[in-house]
Formats: sequence, structure tokens, C-alpha cells
Amino acid sequence: MKGHKSINYWKSEYIGRTLVTLCGIVIVLTTLAIIAFIAGKGIQSFTVSGISLWEMISSTNWSPNDGHYGALIFIAGSTLVSVGAVLVSAPIAVALAIFMNYISPKFGEKVLRPVLELLVGIPSVVYGLLGVTILVPFLRDSFGGVGFSLMAGIIVLSVMILPTIATLASDALRGVPPQLLEASYGLGSTRWQAISRVVIPAAKKGVMTGIVLGLARAFGEALAVQMVIGNTIKLPEALTSPTATLTGILTMDMSNTLNGTAWNNALWSLALILLVISFLFILIIRFIGNRGGTK
Amino acid sequence: MMNSRTVNKIWTGIFYVVAIFIVLLLGFLVFEILKRGWGFWDLSFLTGKSSNVEAGGGIGYQLWNSFYMLIITLIISVPLGLGAGIYLAEYAKPGKFLNFIRLCIDTMASLPSIVVGLFGLLVFVTATGWGYTIIGGALAITILNLPSLARVSESAILDVPGSVKEASLGVGATRWQTIVKITLPSAMPQIITGVILAAGRIFGEAAALIYTAGLMTPILNPAADLSNPVNPFNIFRPAETLAVHIWKLNSEGIVPDAQAIATKSAAVLIIMVLIFNLLARLFSTLLQKHFEGSKGKKKKSHAAA
Repeated sequence: MKGHKSINYWKSEYIGRTLVTLCGIVIVLTTLAIIAFIAGKGIQSFTVSGISLWEMISSTNWSPNDGHYGALIFIAGSTLVSVGAVLVSAPIAVALAIFMNYISPKFGEKVLRPVLELLVGIPSVVYGLLGVTILVPFLRDSFGGVGFSLMAGIIVLSVMILPTIATLASDALRGVPPQLLEASYGLGSTRWQAISRVVIPAAKKGVMTGIVLGLARAFGEALAVQMVIGNTIKLPEALTSPTATLTGILTMDMSNTLNGTAWNNALWSLALILLVISFLFILIIRFIGNRGGTK
Repeated sequence: MMNSRTVNKIWTGIFYVVAIFIVLLLGFLVFEILKRGWGFWDLSFLTGKSSNVEAGGGIGYQLWNSFYMLIITLIISVPLGLGAGIYLAEYAKPGKFLNFIRLCIDTMASLPSIVVGLFGLLVFVTATGWGYTIIGGALAITILNLPSLARVSESAILDVPGSVKEASLGVGATRWQTIVKITLPSAMPQIITGVILAAGRIFGEAAALIYTAGLMTPILNPAADLSNPVNPFNIFRPAETLAVHIWKLNSEGIVPDAQAIATKSAAVLIIMVLIFNLLARLFSTLLQKHFEGSKGKKKKSHAAA
């Protein structure tokens, strides 16, 4: 009887526990495998093909046919387009978050939240297509040039990361204790004074996390940017000139190159750079979280 | 005093303008997609074969591939995500390992989708020798969606009131029995909402699929053997999905009506995203009703006592 019971217990507890623990382990192993495979492939351009790492991150000369693999243009392009997108998007997103929490929570809950959810849901190729069919011709007519430009990339990305920043900023604002707001009102401040001097500083941590997450998303976005930025391998001289990004060159050239060639290896190094940068963003977010958490 | 009140009013106005602008922006985007892709419901377009050279091609294969890819991906990713969520919510002990798992989930969640696609190219395409396949694509988008599925499941399980779990444990159920019979059913609506939203993302994903599921579909024949690459259900065949098709038409499309097919396909994608969103919304209101209902009953019984 006792043996029967323990078998039952074993069946009803340990099998389940083992299975779900395995699921957790699968996540860990997959993450480690991604890092290991991309890193293993990415360092081959330095170890096998003899490309200098310094040249790759400091030179603007990307001409694989002559053996030059300077990737600074792509790194700069990715950085400019994602920082630009955050500069456009963050103020709007924070304003939306304030609106949803303090100006009109009802309209925020009934209309803005679903709108943001839909904006997240629109696939990135559709954003890219909208960019190509509406934004690029508009920019061409307004500013001249080809229309495919850094600015087009910034605008498309700023719409795409808006929901990320707005949702996280809104969560952060909701977490601010109402007593802070009431105390501020009690001292005679207007709503704007209370929001700008009390609520926003109190929610700074969450808002910053949202902004960095938006930046990470913008940096890693591939197709929408690739479709509108022009993919000219040149440093942009102005907002209206085309340029190229890390994700864009990976999307376009990986299938055009043969496995094992220096060119192909250099592309894998770009993927590794992308991976390292996205990991840096995670570390920054954790740093922001920990700094506030100790107080 | 007057001055700060004016400033307050101006800022309130600015907030209203921003909020309305965003609503109008979404309206404009959806309107433009539907206007440019008008006529997307045409059956000969939705079911027709796409052509590489002639105008008038359809998206039948791509649409089928997208749905099939979605189903295969959900079959793989939902159990994994749910399992990981249960582990995080019920079994994981706070400490270094849990911290490390969370770091892994954060890292995975922030991976650029093109990097995941390239990892898929290395592992699911080259190392396995499968070539471009549906299963390779499904595994790649599983990686993209696993973190959010795990988080959704974890928070849904944590939202189940502790008293309910304790009651179950108190009458002698094991932890696992409690999870399967008590916790999961209560957490299910929230999990389903998360899964539907993930389905929308899976349906629209393209970057991770370009190098894993490929840019082509063989001419399909349902009568063929399942192991034959032309069988539509064969998961070891290349498959270009609708989202990938839009990208391909835009970057290398040589058919004369490439633009029209791309915008119509985009309209179909948007309609699908709308449907997924509405379904998710429906489930979350059902969930709210469910909880409000039990609250109401509680009040009544209190009144009776």
C-alpha cells in the first residue's frame, strides 16, 4: 500500500516538476547556444581570415572585393537611426503615458491602450511597405533627393518603438504612490507642476528602462529599416541622405556570399557585433533596475 | 499663480494633442493599407498561385504557409513557454540559478530577429542538413516568442490567489496536482490572451524566416506522399510565408504588379492582426467578467450570513 502511494506521488509530482524544470533549462541552453554559435562563427574573420578587429570597427572602407572590411558605416548607421528614433519617440511616448494615467485614464484605457496594442501588432514588413509607398515619396517631394534616407528610417522606427516605451512608461507612472501626487496638490501645485516635478522624477527608473528597451528594439529591427533607408554604403551627410545599417547588410548580403569566405565571415562578425550590443542594452537595463532597487 | 495655471492648461492641451495624434496616426496607417490593398478579399488572389514573371498572381501558397508555420510554431512554443512559466512561478527557488535564467530570458527577448534567423541558418539549416524548412523557421520563431510566452504564463500563474492553492495543498494534493487541476484552469484565460497575441507576432514575422524557411515554395500537390517536398503538410520543405513574400516583392520583385500584390498582402496581414487582437481582447473581457462574477457571489453570501 505504502509503495503504491509513493509511486503515485512520484508520478504526480516528480514527472511534472522534471518536465517544467527542463523547459527552464531549454531556455538557458538555447540562449547559450545562440551566443556560442554566433560568437564561434563571428570570430572566424579575425582568427581565420585575418581581418583586424580594429579595422572593422574603425574604418569606413567596406569593399569586400578588395579585402577591406571596415564596418563603421553600418555601426554608425544603426546607431544614428535608432538614437534618432528614440529622440522622436520618447517624448511622445512619455506624454502618452502621462495622458493615460493622469489626464484622461478612461480615454487612455478605452482607446489609447488598444491603439498601442495594434501598433505593436503591425508586422515590421508592413511598416516597411508603408514607408516605401507613403513616406519615401513624401520625403522625396518635400526635401528632394531619393527619399530613401536616414530620416525615413528614423520616422518608421519611431512609430514602431512608440508602444514599447509608452507601455513601460505608463506602468512606471502607475507605480508612483498616489500620496506623492496628493502631497504635491496639497502644497498648491498645479497638475503639470505635480507631474513634471514629482511624478516623473519618481518614475524615472521605469521610464529609462522603457527608453533603453525601445533603443534596443530599434537597433535590432531589420526589414522595416532596410526597406526605407536606401542601403547606400556611405556615411550620411544629412538626415535626407541614404545610409546602411548592420541589420540591413546582414539581410541583403548573407545569401550572396559563400560560406567560409572572408566576406561571409565578416558578415558573421557583424552579427556578433549586433549580438554584443543587444546584450549591452540588457546589462544597462539591469543596471538601471538595480540602482533604484537598493534604496 | 495665474502664470502656472496657464502653463498647466497649455500642457494639458499638448497632452490631448499628442494622444489624438497617435489615434489618428493608427487610423491613417490602417486606412492607407486597406485603401491601397483594396480588393484583397478576391478569392482568385487569396488562393491563386504566385507568378515570377506575369501579372495577376495570387498568394495562396504564402497564406497556407503562414498558417501552417503558425500552427507548427504554436505546437512547439506553447508547451515550452507554459512549462518554463510554471517552473518560474512555482518551482524555481530564488538564487543564482533563477537570476541566471532571468538573464537568459531577458537576453533572448532582446535578440534582434535577424540574429535569430542567422542562428537558425547555422543550426537548423546547415548543421542539420535540412536546408530551408518549415520546421527550421518554426524553431527560429519559437526562440523569438518563448521569452514572452514564459513571462505571460508566469504572471498568469502568480495572479492566481494563494489561498486557492493553499486550500488544494491542504487537502493533500501534491504541488503538481494543484498546478494542473487548480492553478492552470484559473490562469488559462490570461495565458490564452498571451498566446493569441504571440500568434499575431508569429504570423507577421519575416526577418527570422528569410534564412530559415527560405524565399521559395515548391509547387504543392496534396496527393503527394508526406515525405515528398511537394506535400503541403511536409514540415521539411521550404516555405515562403506571406510576410516574407511582401519583403521579397519589395526588394527583388520583377512581376509588373509587384507593388499591388505587396499592398494587398499587407492588407491581408493587417486584417489577420486585427482579428488576433480582437480575439485577445474578447478573452481578456471574458476573464474580467469571470472574476467580477465570483466577486458578486461572494458579496451575496456575505449578505446572507
